[in-house]
Amino acid sequence: MAERHPVLAYAVRRVAIGVGLTFVVSVLIFAATQLLPGNPAIAILGRNAAHRRALHQLEVQLGLDHSAVYQYSHWLGSLLQGNLGQSYAAHEPVSTLLASDVGNTMILAGVTLAIMIPLSLLLGTLAGIRRGGWLDTLLSGLTLGAIALPEFVTGTFLVIVFAIWMGVLPAVSLGPGAANLVLPVATLVIAGLAYNVRMVRAGVVEVMASDYVEAARLNGVPEGRLIRRYVLRNALAPSIQTFAMTVQWLVGGVVVVETVFSYPGIGQALVQAVSTEDIPTVQALGMLIALLYILINVAADVAVVYVVPKLRTESG
Amino acid sequence: MTTLVLREARATLPARRRRTGLTVSEWVATSLLCLVLGIAVFGPWLSPENPDALVGVPYSGPSRTHLLGLDELGRDVLSRVMAGGRAVVLLASVATCAAYIVGGVAGLVSGYVRSWIDPVIMRVIDVVLAFPPILFLLVVATGAPHSQMGLAVALTIVQAPGVARILRTATLEASTRGYVEAAAARGESPWYILLREIVPNIRGVIVADAGPRFTVSILAVAALNFLGLGQRPPAANWALMINENQGGLTANPWAVLAPAIMIAVLTISLNVVADGVNRRRDVAV
Repeated sequence: MAERHPVLAYAVRRVAIGVGLTFVVSVLIFAATQLLPGNPAIAILGRNAAHRRALHQLEVQLGLDHSAVYQYSHWLGSLLQGNLGQSYAAHEPVSTLLASDVGNTMILAGVTLAIMIPLSLLLGTLAGIRRGGWLDTLLSGLTLGAIALPEFVTGTFLVIVFAIWMGVLPAVSLGPGAANLVLPVATLVIAGLAYNVRMVRAGVVEVMASDYVEAARLNGVPEGRLIRRYVLRNALAPSIQTFAMTVQWLVGGVVVVETVFSYPGIGQALVQAVSTEDIPTVQALGMLIALLYILINVAADVAVVYVVPKLRTESG
Repeated sequence: MTTLVLREARATLPARRRRTGLTVSEWVATSLLCLVLGIAVFGPWLSPENPDALVGVPYSGPSRTHLLGLDELGRDVLSRVMAGGRAVVLLASVATCAAYIVGGVAGLVSGYVRSWIDPVIMRVIDVVLAFPPILFLLVVATGAPHSQMGLAVALTIVQAPGVARILRTATLEASTRGYVEAAAARGESPWYILLREIVPNIRGVIVADAGPRFTVSILAVAALNFLGLGQRPPAANWALMINENQGGLTANPWAVLAPAIMIAVLTISLNVVADGVNRRRDVAV
């Protein structure tokens, strides 16, 4: 198979590694949340933990009296059956609790990517074609600052200007309405755009300096066609990795930005679950996020090998 | 012709200017960075008031006695800004140094000794890098709530793989050089070769990598404190202040703006300085 379908063979191997990683990550998440000090039964009962009997009863109910391996396999087993467990804080199944949050986060992330990816392709290409031009200089100065600015600081500045001083947009975004999305999306785009523009630009600059672009130009290929057919197509491959990293970065960015704007998504749910020590919710969201992260990695790796034939022999 | 003119022009510049040759933005960034780090380190000793003392009506605006006004509980914002940087800078520094020790040893050994150690270390790195960093930090924050030690360890684990990868590549490259072979032929021990021959020669890579990595540590520490998972509330902390005082944005925006500006100046100037250092050394990482 490896001979006839190198991409497929690579994909199969890459997926197998991904499954293995997911398993290791599940062990780590479980170990870090369940087995560290801070008994979950005490966390649930809070002040009432002084009652020995109630505490013991709850420990049995939660399965804390069993061995760590038993607890883990039990947890993984029910996870594989789609049972995410019962939230400690809300006394509801985690899945019902998170259903709408997942959708809200998808909307926020989707709108952000729909704006950021075309914009970074456009700006990166323009800056790369006219290397050293005014747009390139302006962008490289701005990106140096924007890359280093934490999302919550950008978000806070935007809130102060547009919500407090100008009063044109809401300071908190309690749902995925159009007006509510403007500031969170703007914050994420500002924070992520800089990196993407830089990477796209680097790809374009490299291709522009290549022999085949030089040859095409000497053969009299018009500039517009040259950029569309020669430069963009070849500069796109490294950009796939960049965009995959952006989606992964969004996982972290969303956690912070949702908290800044009180947006009801999985990021805010995760932070709340962490601060209330709602362990089943942390575990469920942790697995969801890690799975997504690994999935994007695998997809990007396979996509790059598919787009750039040269890599097939090197990594196949 | 142009080169000749340029060379002459350069020769007429004062010697000092020629040696440092900072651009205007680098000069500004370096001064700002020193200022903010100075406030972070020495501020707690210089703050005009006890940062935890309640001195007036919550969210009072700026006045002559309280230049930046008061916060959500009526504490002096200026004093809290002066006191609130040390924890962020300290934790980020400790974690970055620890990441260099752990990741550095792993990278050097992996790159020089090879044998079975190399693939084992590389697989461990793959596993750690498969984890979203923020998730790792949050999971540790669940297991060890508000523990500075826990966060330092978690941040070290998040940062060490990157250090190890970069130093491994540099070590691999350096170990093929003549001076390493010469040292091995003299009968020097592997540790001597690593520390006395290889490390001094890959110093440039370490310097180039350290600036951006320290920035990432600061960003991570600030984000965790903003999310309320770092220091516990009465503590003065820039990132925590931004979160705590959201309710007073109309009454006294300085309670949020001042710490936000401090963090922004710190991270941006750090990035500009690190970028300048790297461009000068011309190392691509």
